Amino acid sequence: MLEYILRRLAYVIPISFGVTVLCFALVHIAPGDPLDAVVGADAPAEVVEKLKKDYGFDQPLPFQYARWLGRALSGDLGLSVVNNQPVAAQLAIAVPNTLMLALVATAIGFVLGTLLGGLAGYYQGTWIDKFATGFGVAGVSVPHYWLGIVLVIIFAVELNVLPATGIGPGGSDGWKFDWAHLRHIVLPAITLSVIPCGIITRTVRATVAEILNQEFIQALRAKGLRHGRIMLHIIKNAAPTVLAVMGLQLGYLLGGSILVETVFNWPGTGFLLNDAIFRRDIPTLQGTILVLAMFFVFLNLVVDILQTLTDPRMRRG
Amino acid sequence: MNTPIAEANIDVAQVAVQSRGYWTTVLQRLRRDRVTLFFGSVVLAIILVAIFAPLLAPHDPYHASMIKRLKPVGTEGHLLGTDETGRDMLSRLIYGARLSLFMGIMPVINALVIGGALGIIAGFVGGRTNMIIMRAMDVFYAFPSVLLAIAISGALGAGIFNAIISLTLVFIPPLARVSESVTTQVRNLDYVDAARASGARALTIIRVHVLSNVLGAIFIYSTSLISVSIILASGLSFLGLGTKPPEPEWGLMLNTLRQAIYVNPVLAALPGVMIFITSLSFNLVSDGLRSAMDIKV
Repeated sequence: MLEYILRRLAYVIPISFGVTVLCFALVHIAPGDPLDAVVGADAPAEVVEKLKKDYGFDQPLPFQYARWLGRALSGDLGLSVVNNQPVAAQLAIAVPNTLMLALVATAIGFVLGTLLGGLAGYYQGTWIDKFATGFGVAGVSVPHYWLGIVLVIIFAVELNVLPATGIGPGGSDGWKFDWAHLRHIVLPAITLSVIPCGIITRTVRATVAEILNQEFIQALRAKGLRHGRIMLHIIKNAAPTVLAVMGLQLGYLLGGSILVETVFNWPGTGFLLNDAIFRRDIPTLQGTILVLAMFFVFLNLVVDILQTLTDPRMRRG
Repeated sequence: MNTPIAEANIDVAQVAVQSRGYWTTVLQRLRRDRVTLFFGSVVLAIILVAIFAPLLAPHDPYHASMIKRLKPVGTEGHLLGTDETGRDMLSRLIYGARLSLFMGIMPVINALVIGGALGIIAGFVGGRTNMIIMRAMDVFYAFPSVLLAIAISGALGAGIFNAIISLTLVFIPPLARVSESVTTQVRNLDYVDAARASGARALTIIRVHVLSNVLGAIFIYSTSLISVSIILASGLSFLGLGTKPPEPEWGLMLNTLRQAIYVNPVLAALPGVMIFITSLSFNLVSDGLRSAMDIKV
């Protein structure tokens, strides 16, 4: 098992290398000169040359990559070309907001998904199974940005019980644990939770159904155990798979919240990305994607290791 | 939204044995599956609407009218009302099927060809080639799919073509994984050894034995990706990264109608209903085909 964990840890190195190369490449697949957003089209040639030197764009690509990586490792993700703010400082505000949203959404997805999926897997073929299966398919098929709009229409426009946009009252850009702020997270979190809800429901249903087909369950029934006790055995066996799926979902939500953040004006990384794309602010785009992707790599690692630790079958292998 | 991680457990040997009568069985199973039949006809209907849009649309989808803006559903002459510039909603939704389907299906077809080929090469050649191809795929896997699509099309800039490129890149790795794992399984089967011993060339073996096994698996897997792809493609347009106004596309319409949620909420939600129905139908048809063809991907 230790060998597996070490191998898994070592595997992070080539993957991180690939991820950084891809993020670095984003600047160069962007059409036009990376300096276009900084200098006007009518800027004198010497100014452009000087800027090129300042930004290091006159050097060969591997050099530029090494320099960029070195800086990124020390926490310097460059300056936004729009407002000259350090990208890292903008991310320090945006990442916690996105994390908050993604965590709440994953929690909702986990609770609803395991409940529905568990019941559906245990009582296969009943109405609750049909409902959960339908719910699961709908959850993975619904365009969540549309669902967000529909929820806003129902709860903010028609019923007027929840706020439509923002993270808190009066243009607040940080999180506080009070009702005024809590009201703002309800709709975006529910919207974002439909995908993990659908996926977790489907996974739990399939896992439970598979476990129920195994012989040890028959043995437990033959022994005369009651439903509740058998349920405990099922939970114990299903937990590693479900936890792994949940961990991955959290990662997907961190990267995938951009559409929901756009619908709700939630000041997170997605909002930052959206803004960066439209102002052609490539350093901000690059930095945000690098941070989110590295977070995802790290989360994958943690999930894999936790799964190895919790699943005795994998521990032996 | 995410791409389900591909774990192909296809019982290759079994598929190969059932050569005769397999498709008859599949058809029989499908005929009994009412859900799949129903949603299959919905998919067919949407495709037909897209093809015959000029014949079906009651109005010109680009014709704006200052005096007829945001008319509600059921207005005379405009069955589903009009949008924020007075264009007929029904016509725009009908024409929208063209772009939305095209942008959703094209990336999957591209990825099917490229990813499938990469996977077959990796699986068949094995060794270092396999390692290089599959590790490169792993790097793309290190990004959540939505983030990857937005990163690439954000860097490339808005446009239908760029959106299709970025989505193609999102779907290549999962398809390569599926076809690699099937190819690796087939390559080690006895009948492939027999073919090789009888002097068949590599290309012949791939064409006759590998493709027949890989195609079914990646075809079924791709049908499940179409649903994700349609949501993502419309999502890119919703963000302003795919189609540009005034093109009728469901995601873009959803975006431009957002300003109308206080005036005419039903209208503002309509384009999303179309995306939902389309993606749901593709998903259910894919599920149905998968169980009818007895393929676990």
